[in-house]
Amino acid sequence: MASMDSSEPTRRDFMYLATGAFGAVGVAAVAWPFIDQMNPDAAALALATTEVDVSSMAPGQSITVSWRGKPVFIRYRTEKEITEAKDVPLGDLKDPIARNENLPSDAPATDANRAAEGKEPWLVMVGICTHLGCVPIGEAGEYDGWFCPCHGSSYDTAGRIRKGPAPENLLVPTYAFTADTVIRIG
Amino acid sequence: MSGHSTYQPQGKLAKWIDSRLPILTLMNAQAIDFPTPRNLNYFWTFGAILMMMLVVQIITGIVLAMHYTANTELAFASVEKIMRDVNFGWLLRYMHANGASMFFIAVYIHIFRGLYYGSYKAPREILWMLGVVIFLLMMATAFMGYVLPWGQMSFWGATVITNLFSAIPLVGESIVQWLWGGFSVANPTLNRFFALHYLLPFMIVGVVILHIWALHVPGNNNPTGVSVKSGQDTVPFHPYITVKDMFAMVVFLLFFGWFLFYIPNYMGHADNYIPADPLVTPAHIVPEWYFLPFYAILRAVPSKLGGVIAMFGAIAILFFLPWLDTSKVRSGAFRPLFRQFFWVFAIVCVFLGWLGAQPAEGIYVVLARIAMAYYFAYFIIILPVLGLVERTKPLPASITESVLGKKSGGGAQPAGSTAAPQDKG
Amino acid sequence: MLVTRKKPMIVRLSLALAAGLAGALMMGAGTPATAAGGEAPHIPREDWSFSGPFGSYDPGQLQRGFKVYQQVCAACHSLEFVAIRTLASPSGPYFSDAAVKVIASEYTVEDGPDDSGEMFEREARPSDHFPAPFPNQQAARAANGGAYPPDLSLIAKARAAHAGFPTFVFDALTQYQEAGPDYLHALLTHYEEPPEDVTLAPGMYYNTAFLSGNQIAMPPPLSDGLVEYSDGAPETVDQYSRDVSAFLMWAAEPKLEARKQTGMRVMLFLLVFAGLLYFTKRKIWSNVEH
Repeated sequence: MASMDSSEPTRRDFMYLATGAFGAVGVAAVAWPFIDQMNPDAAALALATTEVDVSSMAPGQSITVSWRGKPVFIRYRTEKEITEAKDVPLGDLKDPIARNENLPSDAPATDANRAAEGKEPWLVMVGICTHLGCVPIGEAGEYDGWFCPCHGSSYDTAGRIRKGPAPENLLVPTYAFTADTVIRIG
Repeated sequence: MSGHSTYQPQGKLAKWIDSRLPILTLMNAQAIDFPTPRNLNYFWTFGAILMMMLVVQIITGIVLAMHYTANTELAFASVEKIMRDVNFGWLLRYMHANGASMFFIAVYIHIFRGLYYGSYKAPREILWMLGVVIFLLMMATAFMGYVLPWGQMSFWGATVITNLFSAIPLVGESIVQWLWGGFSVANPTLNRFFALHYLLPFMIVGVVILHIWALHVPGNNNPTGVSVKSGQDTVPFHPYITVKDMFAMVVFLLFFGWFLFYIPNYMGHADNYIPADPLVTPAHIVPEWYFLPFYAILRAVPSKLGGVIAMFGAIAILFFLPWLDTSKVRSGAFRPLFRQFFWVFAIVCVFLGWLGAQPAEGIYVVLARIAMAYYFAYFIIILPVLGLVERTKPLPASITESVLGKKSGGGAQPAGSTAAPQDKG
Repeated sequence: MLVTRKKPMIVRLSLALAAGLAGALMMGAGTPATAAGGEAPHIPREDWSFSGPFGSYDPGQLQRGFKVYQQVCAACHSLEFVAIRTLASPSGPYFSDAAVKVIASEYTVEDGPDDSGEMFEREARPSDHFPAPFPNQQAARAANGGAYPPDLSLIAKARAAHAGFPTFVFDALTQYQEAGPDYLHALLTHYEEPPEDVTLAPGMYYNTAFLSGNQIAMPPPLSDGLVEYSDGAPETVDQYSRDVSAFLMWAAEPKLEARKQTGMRVMLFLLVFAGLLYFTKRKIWSNVEH
C-alpha cells in the first residue's frame, strides 16, 4: 500500500490534474453569476420606450426628455437652421457617418439622414456629448447647434460634430412618429 | 507549534518580497508545513467548511447589497426585484439566505465536536472563547440580516428581540428606544441594521484570524485528546489536510445545493413573504431555526427579566466552560460516563430547539423547564463533578500508537509498517 | 415526489429511523409554523407539474390559470410585483409577444406627471406591472366589508400549513415545496355549509381549509363553468383552482425552472468533483495510517 503512489506516477499525476482542472472549471463557472448580476436587469431592458407629445412646440423650440435615464433632445428647427445644415459639404464633416439607429450603420451624415424621416424640421438626438458624456448646451457654439461646456466640442444644427475633441455626431436613437405630433423613442 | 519549517523562498522575486514582508514564510509555516495530527476525523473539517461559508456569505452579501434598498417603503420590493429581474438574483439571494442556515449547521457541528473532544481545555481556552465570540457575532449578524427583507417575520422578529432589552431594570426602555431610533421598529432601525449587518461579517473575519492564530499556537486537538509528542504524530497540512478539507467542503456543498436549488424556502417562514405590517402580528411568531433552543429557554422562565438572563446565560456560560470541566482527560472517547451525559446534552439541545417552535403553553413549558435545567446542570454540576469522580479509560501513549492499535483490532502491529509522513525530503 | 403520503407505515418508520437523527439535528427542529393556534386544517397534497427535481411549469395550465386570475381574482386582488412582460417567459405562461401586447393593452395604468403637471391614464405596456384594483389598502378594505384582499404576487410562498415532526423531515428529503399551491387549491375547493353549531359572523363564509380559523371574508369565488377554456380542459371548480394555484406559484417563483435546471448541473458537477477529490485524498493518504 505504502508504495503505490511511487509505482504509478502517471496515474497519480493524472488524478491530481483532473481534480485540479475540475476545480478550476467550477470556480470559473461560479464567477459568472457574480459578474452578470451587474448587467442591466430584465426590468431595465424592458423599459425601453418613452412617448412624447410635441403638439405644443413651435419652430425654434427645443425640449429635453428622459429616455432610459438619458436626456434626449427634440428640436423643432427653423428654416434657417435647416438650410445651414444642408449647405455643409460632407467633406467638411469630422464624422461622415449619420449615427442614426433608424438607418443602416454606414449611412452618410447628410441633413436628411440626421433629421426625422419625412419631417425635415425635427431633430431627435441623445443629448450626450460623444466625447466623455456631458450634456451639451443648445443653440450655442460656433456652428449655432450645440456646445459642450466640458471640453469645448461644437455641433452644428444637425447635431454633427464640427470642432473639438468629440469623435462622433450626436447619436440619433431609434424613434418614430406614431402620430403627427407624437414621438415614441426606443 | 509554529512548525519547524525549513522553507526558503525560491526565485529572486520571492526572496525580494519575503525579506521585506515575510508573508511567504508565514503562509508556508501556517498553511503548508503546519504539523497537524494524523488522526483527525471528518468532524475536524468543519473549520474549513465554516471558512468557506463565511466567504460565500460575504461575497453573496456584497453583491446583494448592490441591489437592495434599506428603506421600509422599498426594501420588500427591492428584494422581489432581485428575485425576479436581476440577472441570477434568485440564485444569489437563495444562496445568501440558505447559506446562513448552512453556516449555523456547520458551526453547531463544530461546537459539539469541541464539546465532545474537550477542545476547550488547556491550553486552548482562549481559542474556545474566541469561538464563542464568533458565535455571538454570527447570531447578531444573522438576526439583523433576517430583518432586511422587511417581511412580517422580519418586522416582528426585530420587535420581539429588541424588546428583550426592555427587561433591563431602569434603563431598559431607553436602551430599546436607542436601538430603534424611535418608538417602534421603523425606518431608522432598518437602516442601522443594514449598516451593522454589512459591518459585522468583517469583524467576524477579524476574530476568525485571532481564532486561527490561537489554534496555531498549541496546534489542533485530536480525537484521542493526547497532545502531539513527536513528528511521527503529525502530517504536514498540505497536501494531507488540504485535500481532505476540500473533499469535505464539496460534500457539504452538495448538502447546501439540495436546499438551495430544490427547497430554498424550507428553512424560511412563509410569513416573511408578506410585507411587514406594523399593525398586525402573525399568529405564530418563531425565530429562525438556529435560535430556537435559546428561544425555548427564554420562554421557559416565567419572569421577563429572568427569561432574558437565562437566555443570555445559556451562551455566556460557554465562556466559563474551560474551567467548569475539571477532568484532566480531554477526549470523550476515554470518558465513558461523560459520554452518556454528553449525548443526553446533545439530545436536550435538539429537543429545546423543537420546543422553541411549539406554542409556549401547557406541557411544552414544563418540558422546556426540564430541558433547560439539564442544559445548565450539564455545565454547572455534571462537568465539574464528573471530572472528580469519573474513572477514565487508559489513554494511548501517543497519537501514533492509537492509530496503529486501531487497524489491527487492538492487537500488536509492527511499528515499522507505517511510514513517518512528517519526515520531509 | 409525494412518496411519504402513499408508503405504508412500516416504510415510513424505517425511513424515519434512517433520517430521523440526522434530520432532526440539521433542522434543529425548526420548521415554518404558520398555522393559527388550535386545530390546524388538513391540507391534501396534490400532484403538480413543477414539483420534484425535474419539475417544470405547464404553460397551458399557466395560461388557463392566468385567465382565471384575470377574470375572477383580479377584481379584488392585486398582483403588484409581477410585470406583464413576464407572461411571455418560456419558463412561465409562454404567451407570444403579440399576445402579451394585447393583454397589456387591456389594462389602464396611471402615468405622469405630464407637461401641465397632471397625472394621466394610459394603456399599459408589457413593461408595466399589473395595475391594482384598488388605489390603496384603505380603499380595498372599504370596498370589501373591512377585509383586505391580499396581494397575490407571493401568496403561493406566503401560505403554508404547519408540518410537525416527523413530516418536516420527510419534506426535506422528498423536496416538498408545494405547500403554497396545495393550500390555495384546498382553500378554493373547501367552501362548505357551516355545521349547525357554528354561527357565521356577518359577511363571512365557512371554509374548512382556511388557516386562520374556519371563517373567511372572501366569498366562494369559483363556480363550474364560470371561466371559458379554449383548450378543452374541464371547466370545473377543481380544475380552475388547480390552474390558478399553478399560475400563482409561477407568479411567486418565476425562476423555478432556471433554479432546478441550474441545480441539476451544479449537483452533477459537485458529485463528480467530490468523487475525484475522494480518490485524490485516498491516494495522498495511502501511505499514512490514520
